[in-house]
Amino acid sequence: MNHSRRWFLGLGSVVSAALVACRKAAPAAPPSAIGAPVSGYGARSHFEKTERFLRNAVAPPPEATSSRTPLHDTYGIITPSSLHFERHHAGVPDLDPATHTLTIHGLVDRPLVFTVDELKRLPSVSRIHFLECSGNSASEWKGGGEPTVQRAHGLTSCSEWTGVPLSTLLRECGVQPKGTWLLAEGADACRLARSIPMAKAMQDALVVYGQNGEAIRPEQGYPLRLLLPGFEGNMNVKWLHRLKIMDQPAMTRWETSKYTDLLADGTARQFTFDMDAKSLITRPSGGDTLAGAGVYELTGLAWSGRGAITRVDVSTDGGVTWNRATLQEPVLPRAHTRFTWSWRWDGRATMLASRAVDDTGYVQPARADLVAVRGLNSNYHNNAIQQWNVAADGAITNGNA
Amino acid sequence: MATRNRRTLAGIVVAAVTLVATTSRTVAQSPVFGLGRAPNADEIKAIDIGVTPDGAGLPPGSGTAQAGKQVFDSRCVTCHGATAREGPQDVLVGGQGTLVSPKPLKTIGSYWPYATTLWDYVNRAMPFDHPGTLPPNDVYAATAYLLYLNGIVGERDVLDQTTLPQVKMPNRNGFVMDTRPDTGPRPAPVRRSKR
Repeated sequence: MNHSRRWFLGLGSVVSAALVACRKAAPAAPPSAIGAPVSGYGARSHFEKTERFLRNAVAPPPEATSSRTPLHDTYGIITPSSLHFERHHAGVPDLDPATHTLTIHGLVDRPLVFTVDELKRLPSVSRIHFLECSGNSASEWKGGGEPTVQRAHGLTSCSEWTGVPLSTLLRECGVQPKGTWLLAEGADACRLARSIPMAKAMQDALVVYGQNGEAIRPEQGYPLRLLLPGFEGNMNVKWLHRLKIMDQPAMTRWETSKYTDLLADGTARQFTFDMDAKSLITRPSGGDTLAGAGVYELTGLAWSGRGAITRVDVSTDGGVTWNRATLQEPVLPRAHTRFTWSWRWDGRATMLASRAVDDTGYVQPARADLVAVRGLNSNYHNNAIQQWNVAADGAITNGNA
Repeated sequence: MATRNRRTLAGIVVAAVTLVATTSRTVAQSPVFGLGRAPNADEIKAIDIGVTPDGAGLPPGSGTAQAGKQVFDSRCVTCHGATAREGPQDVLVGGQGTLVSPKPLKTIGSYWPYATTLWDYVNRAMPFDHPGTLPPNDVYAATAYLLYLNGIVGERDVLDQTTLPQVKMPNRNGFVMDTRPDTGPRPAPVRRSKR
């Protein structure tokens, strides 16, 4: 892959055009030559070109760097590990699992150092959960800021994570009664650190080493990451190497001056942990062009950091009427949930939108509802309804007013 | 057997207190699996770098803005600019009074609630390309200089373990707890942490 992406995209469109031409002519004949041999680690078809969208992809990476999942180009609810979004604060460290350790100390009866191999000997669980950066969709606070679902909303992904319940490790250490918070710290260059309430640690937090059936990817925290189902992405500390049990939050830079939500009156909400219910029509979406009037499947993703999705409504008339979409199994708490709706387009300009409801009864709000409460400077935790404009010629664009 | 019973009792007491303290489900906290090893004090000291608002974790040492200017000029200007207002990375000075404007400028002076957080972040993450290399005196000095540029301390004020936690940041009272969900129908109550 030494060629530029643009070159490949160009090649891809040429190949696609050729394929379309072939299909119109006649079905391709089955290959008669012997195919490729077996391989040690599989790669996708060379016809497949979808990639993460890169922000500040320079070396060395600056503090604000990210890559975004092509939500329009993935299927089901699992995001391929290679397409999981990234947000690092000092680059991806190269950590050796043979020497990497997790130290738990502070207000515990027995401070302990675990090797990665020791953690893998403890009873494990595998759970499917989304991760979403709290800065996802920030471009949309002030109206349609980005042209595609990937660029506007690609800081969410969903994986099957495998690891040890954090409660197991904490019991081994014996948390003292005063231990009400944990400081979780990564072994990246900036030693990213966030304070976690003890209740969350005991409830469903995991220390994970597996992602989608293999070792967690370096850019997702190899060899260990903290997973806090439903909590904002940056709290799920990657390259986890230390947990300090404390009687107060540490008030790190990330939980004071960075990931806090500025309100219209100049105060800022702090410790905004949960990612509220949200949904997106991912296909078709901004940048697509419909071929003409007729039937289309609308499909997308819904999720809630507070529980399971119970309903997704789809509107194909700009929010005048709403239709109940089909939820595709499995429908899991704090996981991406796939929804579909079959739509017959009459060929006239209109607007598409989706609206999620979770099992707390919470209904995904319109952008105006969020702005009315929080103002325009909040930046984080934008879970507003996304609208897509459909023009009469079939072109779809960002419809956020 | 006696040891085991005592442990179980201790575990029950810990669990009961923890239950009250954290409103979370806990069980007796006796080691079950016996994996992991006990770290020694030096190992903990080497990695326990965090500093809290009460000043816990601050090492001995001190610095003034006068000394900090040299640290800043040699280690920080490339990313933050000659007066910490120019960038290209985060603007660190100014912005007071802008948080209610259409273009809020979140800086150390306008937004950061604790001076200890500044010390902690400089110590753990700066300079960005060589984090963790500044000796404590340089961290105190750089912290003092950035607070001085924001009009929070004097040029000759000495910051150390005692004085740094006493620095009153302009936006110290600018933070509120999360009150979401804040739109639409009220959801059914769910049990979650409130701290």
